[in-house]
Amino acid sequence: MARIVLDNVTKRYPDGTEGVKDLSLQIEDGEFMILVGPSGCGKSTALRMIAGLEEISEGDLWIGDEIVNDLDPGERDIAMVFQSYALYPHMTVRDNMGFSLKLAKVPKEELTKRVEEAARILGLQDHLDRKPANLSGGQRQRVAMGRAIVRKPRAFLMDEPLSNLDAKLRVQTRAELARLQARLSTTTVYVTHDQTEAMTLGDRVAVMRAGELQQVGTPMELYHEPANLFVAGFIGSPAMNFLPAQADGDVVHLPMVDAPVDEQLRSRLEGVARLIVGIRPEHFQERGAPGTDGWPTFEAEIDLVESMGSETVAYFSVGGDEVHADLLEELSREVEGNERDGGDNRVTARLEPDSALRRRDTAKLVVDASKLVYFDADSGARIGVDTASAVATA
Amino acid sequence: MSAASTPRSTSGTITQAGAPSKVRARSRRRTMPAPVQRGLLWLSVAAIVVFCLFPIYWIVNTSLKSGAQLSSGALWPDDPTLRNYRSVLQDGDFLLALRNSAIVATTTTVLSILVGSFAAYALARLRFPRKTLLLGIVLSISTFPVIAIAAPLFKLWSDLGIYDARFGLGLIIPNLVFSLPLTIFILTSFFREIPRELEEAALVDGATRMQTFTKVVFPLAAPGLVTAALLVFFFAWNEFLFAITLTSTPEARTVPAAIAFFTGSVKFEAPIGTISAASVIVMVPLVVLVLVFQKRIVAGLTAGAVKG
Amino acid sequence: MTSTPIASATGPAAPDTPPRRTSRTSSYGRSERRLAAILLAPSMLLIALVAAYPIGYAVWLSLNEYSVRVPGLSRFAGTRNYEAAFSGGFWEALFNTLVFTVASVSLELVLGLAMALAMHSAFRGRGVLRATVLVPWATITAVTAITWRSIFEPGVGFAPQLLAKVGIGEDIVWLGERGYAMSVLILADVWKTAPFMALLLLAGLQVIPEDVYEAARVDGATVWQRFVRITLPLLVPAILVALIFRTLDALRIFDLPAVLTQGSNGTNVLSLLAYQELTQNRLIGLGAALSVLTFAVVMIVSFLYIRFVGGNIKSLAKD
Repeated sequence: MARIVLDNVTKRYPDGTEGVKDLSLQIEDGEFMILVGPSGCGKSTALRMIAGLEEISEGDLWIGDEIVNDLDPGERDIAMVFQSYALYPHMTVRDNMGFSLKLAKVPKEELTKRVEEAARILGLQDHLDRKPANLSGGQRQRVAMGRAIVRKPRAFLMDEPLSNLDAKLRVQTRAELARLQARLSTTTVYVTHDQTEAMTLGDRVAVMRAGELQQVGTPMELYHEPANLFVAGFIGSPAMNFLPAQADGDVVHLPMVDAPVDEQLRSRLEGVARLIVGIRPEHFQERGAPGTDGWPTFEAEIDLVESMGSETVAYFSVGGDEVHADLLEELSREVEGNERDGGDNRVTARLEPDSALRRRDTAKLVVDASKLVYFDADSGARIGVDTASAVATA
Repeated sequence: MSAASTPRSTSGTITQAGAPSKVRARSRRRTMPAPVQRGLLWLSVAAIVVFCLFPIYWIVNTSLKSGAQLSSGALWPDDPTLRNYRSVLQDGDFLLALRNSAIVATTTTVLSILVGSFAAYALARLRFPRKTLLLGIVLSISTFPVIAIAAPLFKLWSDLGIYDARFGLGLIIPNLVFSLPLTIFILTSFFREIPRELEEAALVDGATRMQTFTKVVFPLAAPGLVTAALLVFFFAWNEFLFAITLTSTPEARTVPAAIAFFTGSVKFEAPIGTISAASVIVMVPLVVLVLVFQKRIVAGLTAGAVKG
Repeated sequence: MTSTPIASATGPAAPDTPPRRTSRTSSYGRSERRLAAILLAPSMLLIALVAAYPIGYAVWLSLNEYSVRVPGLSRFAGTRNYEAAFSGGFWEALFNTLVFTVASVSLELVLGLAMALAMHSAFRGRGVLRATVLVPWATITAVTAITWRSIFEPGVGFAPQLLAKVGIGEDIVWLGERGYAMSVLILADVWKTAPFMALLLLAGLQVIPEDVYEAARVDGATVWQRFVRITLPLLVPAILVALIFRTLDALRIFDLPAVLTQGSNGTNVLSLLAYQELTQNRLIGLGAALSVLTFAVVMIVSFLYIRFVGGNIKSLAKD
């Protein structure tokens, strides 16, 4: 067990492009750190550099108290779970799990003991003598996990380990994974493109975009205090709504309503040429819902209602100029669920499950003005009382 | 992806009758009814079998004839005899040729696989500059006309004193020129199909590059190695031009050369029965190999032929 | 565990931070290159020594004259060997080679395609059929030649009588007359290599997804329409690859005519002519010149293929 430190680490390819740019990240001993971002953002490259599968062009990588840049993967005392699991097809489950110990010349009794212990933890006792081809997807995933834990490594590296499972099994395995990591308290770096996995699994989450770290923090910090439009749009499902806005003294004009602005924020908003306001879907309510007294109120024609049982999601348009920001356009290109169709400003609202709204109703809605998040459209950065959480902006 | 790994798609597309509904009725009117189609198909299958196997039958038939029957042109031997086989197996020169062929083909195969698998692994996996160019050069070697290499080697081998070397040893290195590109080509496409992540997993598990090769890549590439070995063995067993250019005596000659010189020097009419028997003898091991390993051989022949 | 507060923008404090080393190439990339060089060296050395060097040497040999009587005696001959080749059998051998190549490759393509389609459709007998078509491929070429020779040899083979009965080639010594000898040569080559063609094309047929045919059937396409509109276009890459393989092979044909006819009666091809001058007539210079010319012909045809269907070859070489 050890902490992992990336100190200004850069990956540059022979053609000069940079897969990871000047990444600095400190992963504490025992911490569960998630690297998340759309495909091609450099998260897997960063993980592979930690593993030693990818050469580090610049910067230092520390595992424990040593710089490991020049160590081969096998010498770094880390275990990796691959997206495809990478189980050796010609070996039994037992041999797969014991392969690293065998290479390390661990005595036979010790090897058997550790493999069987790992098998017990993962519920694989009955499958030890099977070949991977005869296992289900979930079992293969657990063998891959088992291969990592028998080694008692200093750190686990996981590259989208759940993405080959079907939706139901993924949720179940996610919970098992969280429990397992808590029990072993081994430093873990986990790569995913799925923001739900990031939010539910991570002690901290590092959001990456185009090879650069956007923000690192706890899931709640990312959710409530996103550093920029990219993080704001990437984290959360349904995604945050972005609307054009204009600061005007003690209010901000939104397309559908004026909202009061906190005194501390006013001065910061004044200098901003183009302002974007972000509103989480759950910060809308129907007028008259408990605890919404004094919230700004407006009317909107509902385009579509989705009743999920636990909540009701309503969609409507609010007109106004379309918001334009480079980060939002990038997000809509690269991340599912953030597609934009131009024209009207579409809004998603998450209402109470017992809402009686129907399509084409004119709904009376309110918005929690204290939860609005402000962004500078040109830089993409959030404008907030506390800007310390912004690690990098576009 | 190469055909080697392509699972068979579902069954016949051409003979199947249409799906239910109107489409079926319409296509029936336009095309032949299903039983006729099936009949035509079986007829063409029969034609293929006859076309492919009849000449083989003919040479076996000839080998069992003797004396006047040989010049009868009859489709079956009236009085089958093994006399031709007996006489060819008593022929010292033919036995020497069998020995030389076995030595040459086996050595060529072993060396090709040994040397070629290293090169193929590097080409399939390792990152280094000008890889495509190198693979292109290797491929283009295999299109060289053999005579363009055999002619200068004829002079060179004479000067070096390995012309007509015993056991056909002078043939092994020339054979490698063509068997190596074949090996490298087949194995490269097999190595590529082994997921890179498996090797990475082994590296992370603490294996050295060599251990990765011996413990993970090699066992998984075994089918590819068998395929390449078979094709190289066939090539070396069949090789003719080097064999007749670089050897001149029975001590050095391989089977194809020996068979050719049965006919080349002596007048053809005389030993046709014996030659046929010799032909059958050298054909049998290969036909057996084909029947046993047909899947592997087809995989090798078509490796790289159907890239998406 | 509690998460650390937000990481600062400055680099994290690594334990006892040593002086930063800025540029450093990892040993990983270099060791990989070194390993590649070690693994490739034996093959490349062998190929260079026994393929590239001899071809250069052949060019040198072709520019000299060698004494037939005194071994080792030679003198520079300039282009005299080439002149001898051009005024000798070269043009006829080139013509024969081209006739053989065009005829055999196109027949093999048609027959191979028909065989591939039959194999693809015959779902029950496919294993047997595949083993069957491999038999001609596995037959040693020298044996192939002897087999076909014995089939057409007057008095020995059945073919002359059989053909005479249906009125073809009565009183003809098949291997003894121009044209006829060539057609036996072509037939023997088609027998041996059409199955190979069929296997390549079958592999191509097998990667055409079934649902494309189902979609076409739903669209009302007949069997013939499906063949012309779907099978053939999707098979083009496989056909091109097979054509290239076979053409370059046919241009260097040697074994079959060498045993079947010894190059007589209009079947002398380039490789065989070079061989005869070299070993039978002991004209090393002329033999070398003819080998170089054969090499040139093959390279020109390769170049033309690469020029006109280059994309396919390139993708083949890539992966």
